[in-house]
Amino acid sequence: VHTTDFPGNYPGYEDAWDQRRFEEAFRVDIIREEEGALEFDMVGIDAAIANAFRRILLAEVPTMAVEKVFVYNNTSIVQDEILAHRLGLIPIRADPRLFEYRNQGDEEGTEIDTLQFQLKIKCSRNPQAAKESSDPNELYFNHKVYSKHMTWVPLGNQTDLFPDADFRPVHDDILIALLRPGQEIDVLMHCVKGIGKDHAKFSPVATASYRLLPDITLLQPVEDEAAEMLQKCFSPGVIEIQNVKGKKVARVANARLDTFSREVFRHDSLKNLVRLARVRNHYIFSVESTGILPPDVLVSEAIKILMGKCQRFLNELDSLPME
Amino acid sequence: VQADGTDGNCVTFVLHDEDHTLGNSLRYMVMKNPDVEFCGYCITHPSESKINFRIQTRGALPAVEPFRKGLNDLMGVCQHVLNTFEVRLSEELRGLF
Repeated sequence: VHTTDFPGNYPGYEDAWDQRRFEEAFRVDIIREEEGALEFDMVGIDAAIANAFRRILLAEVPTMAVEKVFVYNNTSIVQDEILAHRLGLIPIRADPRLFEYRNQGDEEGTEIDTLQFQLKIKCSRNPQAAKESSDPNELYFNHKVYSKHMTWVPLGNQTDLFPDADFRPVHDDILIALLRPGQEIDVLMHCVKGIGKDHAKFSPVATASYRLLPDITLLQPVEDEAAEMLQKCFSPGVIEIQNVKGKKVARVANARLDTFSREVFRHDSLKNLVRLARVRNHYIFSVESTGILPPDVLVSEAIKILMGKCQRFLNELDSLPME
Repeated sequence: VQADGTDGNCVTFVLHDEDHTLGNSLRYMVMKNPDVEFCGYCITHPSESKINFRIQTRGALPAVEPFRKGLNDLMGVCQHVLNTFEVRLSEELRGLF
């Protein structure tokens, strides 16, 4: 549904853009912040801009990820390209703001745009294992290749540039491949900066979504049995039953918790008593990060990227010859 | 960016490397301008990353003006959102909420 609040649509309404009115009506509430996930509300903004933030969070906030894999030796049963694909998807804990984008056609990679990692592991048989055991953990050394086996190899003057930085994958227990005795993997990886639009491995969020605040109004007072049924129709906590003068009356306690299953409309007796709607400009954002950057930093970066886009076109406008 | 139009009032801008992200939000900001009679954007083909952004003004205003104003307004919105968000974050951190 498109927004209809632009000037000229409703006679007598002052809908033209007014920065001051926007600033008065706009607010942000941070609901919950856990490590890796952030839930916050934006009130007073329009769908177009909220969606722009969501799209930028998913596709245009840059991160570092493995792009080129130089395979020196791979005798495992995981094919080279499958191994390279899996390595690319591993999130790397490296602040992308410290690095530059690699120039087009630059194959070597300088120290300002590339991070080098090495994965060198060989599986061998355990001579002390019991004769009849069939547990691979006992029989073999290094038969599972985890992301913690990836080591950072500093390029050029990176040890001076980042003296106390520790570049490694975000999670240590990502299983990359399985090996058996005699198999080995020896690869060198180059990580570059990229955006999600190019390849989904560069996306910094596990997911970023928003929903609108539900607006549930009871058109008539609902009592007794109908109240009990109404409470069951909605998610727990949305409708609460109060005892008013001996009768049970239903009241909307917390519309935010509702998942909008519309179960109410399946019951003929309750269909006309409730109106389900959404509050048009109250957005509940939920951002989960993969661990590269904390989610609040991601949101700030996304807003700055949108500003950067506008600035780019303003600069182009100014530099165009006016016809 | 390329501009193309019959007279100064109704111009189609071709924005390269853009999609709905900037297109829709910019369209919203330009529509809020009372001088604009028509504003729309379309993606010519989904494989090509460019949008046609068309502005038509009523009266004698050159179409570049609402475009520039829309961009500035969008920057203002983003700046305010960023400031509000960061203020709230620092309040949270300091335990005011």
